[in-house]
Order: sequence, then structure tokens, then C-alpha cells
Amino acid sequence: MADSTLIQLATAVLFLPLLGFTIALFFGKKIKAAYWFEIFTVLLGFIFTIIIAAAKLSSTGGPITAEFTWINLGNLPLIGDLRIELGLLLDNISVIMISVVFLISILVHSFSLIYMEGDKRYSRYFAYLGLFTFSMSGIVLTHNFFMMYIFWELVGISSYLLIGFWYEKKTASDAAKKAFIVNRIGDIGMLAGILIIYTTYHTFTFDKIFLAISHGQLPFNSEFWLTVTGILIFCGAIGKSAQFPLHVWLPDAMEGPTPVSALIHAATMVAAGVFFVTRVFTMLTGDALLFIAIIGALSALIPATIALTQTDIKKVLAYSTVSQLGYMVMALGVGAYQFAFFHLITHAFFKACLFLDSGSVIHAMHHEQDISQMGGLRKKMPITYASFLISSLAISGIPLTSGFLSKDGILAGSYAFASLTGHWVFPVVGFFVAALTAFYMFRLLILTFHGKPRNQEKYDHAHESKFAMAMPLAVLSILSIFIWYTPNPFNPEAGAFLSKWVKVPELSVPNNARYNFMKTDIKADIGQEVAVTEPEVIFSSAYTEAMDHAHYPAMFLSLFLAGFGILFAFTMYQWQKLSADKLAEKLRPLYLLSLNKWYFDEIYNATFVAGTIGLSRFLAWFDLFFIDGIVNGTASVTKGLSRFSGKFDNVVVDGLVNFMAYLSGFVGLIFRRFQTGKVQTYIVLVIFSLVILMFLFKSF
Amino acid sequence: MENIGLSHFLIISVLLFSMGLFGIITRRNAVMVLMGIELILNAANINFIAFSKYGNFGYNGQVMALFIIVLAAAEAAIALAIVLNIYKTFSTVNVDEIDRLKD
Repeated sequence: MADSTLIQLATAVLFLPLLGFTIALFFGKKIKAAYWFEIFTVLLGFIFTIIIAAAKLSSTGGPITAEFTWINLGNLPLIGDLRIELGLLLDNISVIMISVVFLISILVHSFSLIYMEGDKRYSRYFAYLGLFTFSMSGIVLTHNFFMMYIFWELVGISSYLLIGFWYEKKTASDAAKKAFIVNRIGDIGMLAGILIIYTTYHTFTFDKIFLAISHGQLPFNSEFWLTVTGILIFCGAIGKSAQFPLHVWLPDAMEGPTPVSALIHAATMVAAGVFFVTRVFTMLTGDALLFIAIIGALSALIPATIALTQTDIKKVLAYSTVSQLGYMVMALGVGAYQFAFFHLITHAFFKACLFLDSGSVIHAMHHEQDISQMGGLRKKMPITYASFLISSLAISGIPLTSGFLSKDGILAGSYAFASLTGHWVFPVVGFFVAALTAFYMFRLLILTFHGKPRNQEKYDHAHESKFAMAMPLAVLSILSIFIWYTPNPFNPEAGAFLSKWVKVPELSVPNNARYNFMKTDIKADIGQEVAVTEPEVIFSSAYTEAMDHAHYPAMFLSLFLAGFGILFAFTMYQWQKLSADKLAEKLRPLYLLSLNKWYFDEIYNATFVAGTIGLSRFLAWFDLFFIDGIVNGTASVTKGLSRFSGKFDNVVVDGLVNFMAYLSGFVGLIFRRFQTGKVQTYIVLVIFSLVILMFLFKSF
Repeated sequence: MENIGLSHFLIISVLLFSMGLFGIITRRNAVMVLMGIELILNAANINFIAFSKYGNFGYNGQVMALFIIVLAAAEAAIALAIVLNIYKTFSTVNVDEIDRLKD
């Protein structure tokens, strides 16, 4: 298919959900069926994305770009060249990502049709889903930082709207605000990074920036600043992908409708951070990558430990999401670029499936989310149970599932990285979290579906979901099977996904700022210049070798650990050979730490929130006393001045006028005496005057 | 006895003028005021005649004095007629009390 056709389709894909959003939002109240139009636009968009993906992935051509100049202010004083170009970029990762987004979006639409039935803002809900789908496509398809930032904020606002969808609930509106504000913190860093990039390169376009970097043009001419820029941009991903230390918003975001959690807070939006890092991967220096890996490892570890003890089905899944996102970020940090993206896709499917399963359970249990009230649902909800089981196996990394392939790749990558650089903490964390993940997922599975019902009344009401809800579960769990990605369930490289579609981009970072194993020697560099058609970084052979070596040990170790975790969960909750309560009693401090989510919310409340409130209070005081004081002072001075001026008018000016009047009166009083009306007086006066005149002029 | 000169006449004239003026100013009676005016006119006449005798003006001064006597007679006649009319209107000839231009 011609490139221009693909771009036209991509443009249609981008704007269709926006159209759906507009129609459903503005006509939703009058026309009850307006949401059907929104669903139709997303479905149409989904069909287009499949066409685009099929065409793009089967062709061998490079990335397709279409751009136009949006704003051109020419050469401005102080700022320099101000030109903003907007455009779309279709390469393999963006077409894979966009089809995943639309696939999950349409499945979630289908699920929501029943899940949200009877809601008073039914049409509005679908409108918001359309807005989100539009924003997410923008992030995936854009070819520049400018649009990326715009759509980044747009997914933020649609996430805010959907978390707070039931805003009558205080917890929901609080969670929405928390999500929005915490995201803002990350976005500040991202904005700063983008501004540094713009001041350096005077363009927002990814390709041009990467080209300039590979030609040795760096921010402030130093590799240090390139590192700083990379980390600042990554801050956006920390916020959006709920990475440590900004992960606190995601568990709270579970206040939103469950399908929304599946679409936004598990599969797509939170993955946008990871996607963004894959986009800018080529400009990240070794130091920046190390920072990213550390953040990823912390985000993988801490939420995994928290998930162990939570009793809210959605909270467990939320922490599991943060943990898995941490995996992806860590994978990017250790250079396992392909596997990070691979895990992003596989995770999107099985985590969306898990969330929709939990939605199905919650729907069946009449909005009961506490797993201590569940149990035994296996027989009542077989489809839900089956898809939950498959997804749990996938997230735990059991062979024959997609999760096994991607997770194993990440673990092998971190293992290889450690063997080359000596940072053994990453594989240790990775493997430990793998065991934890298997344990808490099966704990959730057993407590929800196995055993005896703990709340008989609710159990009796439970029922399997209708087709529109069950179908997405089936589709997503089928997509969690290995076969879609590789024919060999033990070797992900055998499939087209990793061998053909997703390739590590050529690094544009200067050689001496990279990890050692990513360095290209000069000969290879020259060779690269000739072979431009192969845009792939040439990692040193040591890395490839280390990956090969790491593959099998990592696989067995992770399998063993996952098996151990699952077994442990079964011993504890299914066969009840071990008492969870007694273990909790023995490890009471650890248990409390996990149960209270490492006290993150409390710490943040005590420091940042209290600090902000204190600061605002001080500022309010400052306003009240100082600024108001100045204003009031000015007012008093003005009042005093006008009073004085009034006095001056009354006394001096009026006095002068009155004085003149009195003077005239007084003079008149004197001269009145001369005007007696008596002729004789006049004669006397005449004579008197004459005498005076004669004396005056006597010299003549 | 010294020779009588111009200054003697002028002194008499001044005395006469002053008495006339005094009469005009001090008298309340309109008739007396008229008499003061007559005195002033005669003081002027004495001056004319004195200067006619002692100055080099020919007889112009004496002619002027005759004119003044005639004028004084006419003036006295008219003025007395006015005074009579005033008396008819106001029942008084006191100039202080006659202070209305109309009615």
C-alpha cells in the first residue's frame, strides 16, 4: 500500500475517536444512541489500524513520516528560529502500539456496554473513552515532542475525567485530583527536558534531533547535559507510567470504573511512559539509562511487595501493574529495548484481561471488591476464571504464555547487563519480583475463585457475564498465548515480532557517553555509514554473547522462582498447610509495611502535602498581612492625602476666595461712606481732591 | 497807607470765594446755597476786573464781568424758580432732605 494512503488512514485513525467524542459529548443527552456512533468510530479506527499494521509490517520500507509546518514565525529576536512542525510517524513500533491501543479500546467499549449499564452518564462515559483513544493515538503516532506533550496532557485529562467519573464519591474525586497532580510533577520535568531540547536544536521533530545528536551537537555542548535532558524527559514517564516515587496515584486511580482501569491504567496510558522512552531511547546516555534502570528496579520491587497483602482485587492488580511497568522501564535501562517493548505489548493484553476479569467479578458480586468476601467463583464464572487463569500464568511467566517470552527476555537482559557491568542488583530484583508476582497473582486467583464462598449471599447472586463482557475476556486471554508472537514457545527470537518488526534503534549518543557494551568501534562506525539501510545499533559482540549465555539460566531460574511462588500460594491459601495469619504475625513489621503500602501516602502527606499546605498557609498569611497591608496602607495614605487635599481646598483655596470677597466687602464698606447722595459732601470732596492735586502738581 | 495792588483784590476775591464755598457746603437751606454761589460768581468777577486793570488783557475782563452779572441774574431767577418748585413738591428747601430723583 502506498505510503500516502497509510498516512491518510493514520490521520483518519487519529481523528475518528475525536469525532466520536464530540458527538457523544454534545448530543449524548438529546440522542440516547449517540454513544453508538462513538463506538462505531473506534471500531472503524480499529479496522484502519489493522490495515495500517498489516501493510506496514509486511513492507520492508523505513519509517513513513508526514509533516507540515503549523506555526512559522521566522527568526525572532532572542528566541531565534521559531517554527513548529506537526506530523505523524509510522514505524513498526507505532503501528503495533496503535493497533494494540485500538484493539483493547474496542474490547473495553464492548465490555463497558454491559458493565456501565444503567449509569446516568452512560453517553458521557463513552465520550470520555473516545477522548482517551484519540489522545492515546496522538502519543503513539506523533513524530515530534510538541504533539507528544499536547497528547501527553490530553491522556492526563481523560484519565482524570474517567477516574473521577463517579465524582459524587469523595474518594473518586480525590483520586482523580491526586492522579492529575502527581502526573503534573512528572510533566514539569518532561517540559523542562523538551525546552532544553528546543533551545538546543530549534526543532521538536524526533528524527532531526537524533540526527543532530549523532552529529555531535549536544545541549550546552556537554554530555552531562544530554544525560540531564534524558532524565528530565524520563520524568514524564515516571509520572505517567506510575514509577517510583510517583507511583502513588495509580492504586488510587482504581476508583474509576473497572473497564477504564483496564484500558487506561493497565494496558495503554500507563504504558505510554514506556513507549515514550522507547521513542527517545536513541538519545539516552549510559548514565541516563542507569538512572532509568534504578527507577525501574525500585518500581518493580516496592509495589510487588505491597501487592502481597492487599485485599482489594483491583488494588492488587494496580500494584502488579506498577511492578510490571517497572520491569519494562528496567529493561529499557539495561538495554533490553526489544524485550521492554515486547513486554509492553504482552502485558497490555494480559493485564487488560485481568482487569476486565476483575470487572466481571465485581459486576457479578454487585460491586464488591474485597477478596475476603469472594471465593469459590470458579464454578459460577467459568469463562472469567479461565481467562483469569491464563492471564495469571502469563504474568507469572509460565511457558506457553506470552508473558513467559517477554519476561524471560527482560530477566536475561538484566542478567547479561549485570555480567557485563557488575550491577547484579538488577537481575536479583528481577528474579525476586518474578517470584513475588507469581505468589500474589495466585493468591488473588485462589482467594477469588477457589475454595468455599465466604459471602454466601453475594455468591448466590453471582453469575457469568453476558457475551459483550465475556467476549473481550476470551479475546484477550487468547492473545496471551505465545503463538501470536513466536512459533517456538521457548525462543521469542524465532517469531517475526522480535526478529523482523521490533529492532533496537541506532544510538545517536556520542560513543563515550554510552554503556561500554553499546559502544561501536570506529571500524564498525565506518561500516555503518555505508550500510545505512540497516538502522540497528551494533552492540558489542560481548553483549550478544552475554544475552545468549543468559538466556537459559535466566529461563530456568525464573521458571523455578515462579513455580515456587505459585506453589507457595497454593500451600498457603488452597491447601492451607501454612497459615497466612501466623506468617503475618511472625513478620509483623514487614507485614505492616506491606499492608500500609510502605507508608508512601503517609510520608508524602507529612512532607510534600503538609509542606505545600504550610507554604500556602504562610503565603496566605503573607498575603493577608503584607500584601493586604500594602494595599490597605496605600488606601490609608490615599485617604489621608485626600483628606488633607480636602482641607486645603476648604481652608486655603476657599479661604482665599472668601478673603477676596471680605476684602471687597470691607473696601466697599469704607467707600460707601463717600457716596452719601449729598451734593455738599461731593463738593467738599471735590475741593479736597483739588487741594491735594494742587499740592501734588505744585511744581508746574 | 500803601498803594492798593493786585494782591489786595485777589485776597478779597479769595475771601469772598471761600465764604461762598463755605456757604455752599455748610448751609442746609437751598436759598442760602444759592447765595453762596452768587458770592463765588462775584469773587470771579473781582478777579476778572483786577486782572483787567493790572494785566495786559485790555477790556476783555470787564466785558466778561458784565456777562457774568447778567448770567448771575438769569441764574438767580431760574434757581429761585426751581427752589420754589422744590418747596412746592417737598414742602422744604433743606437740601439734605431732598434726596429723591423720582416722584
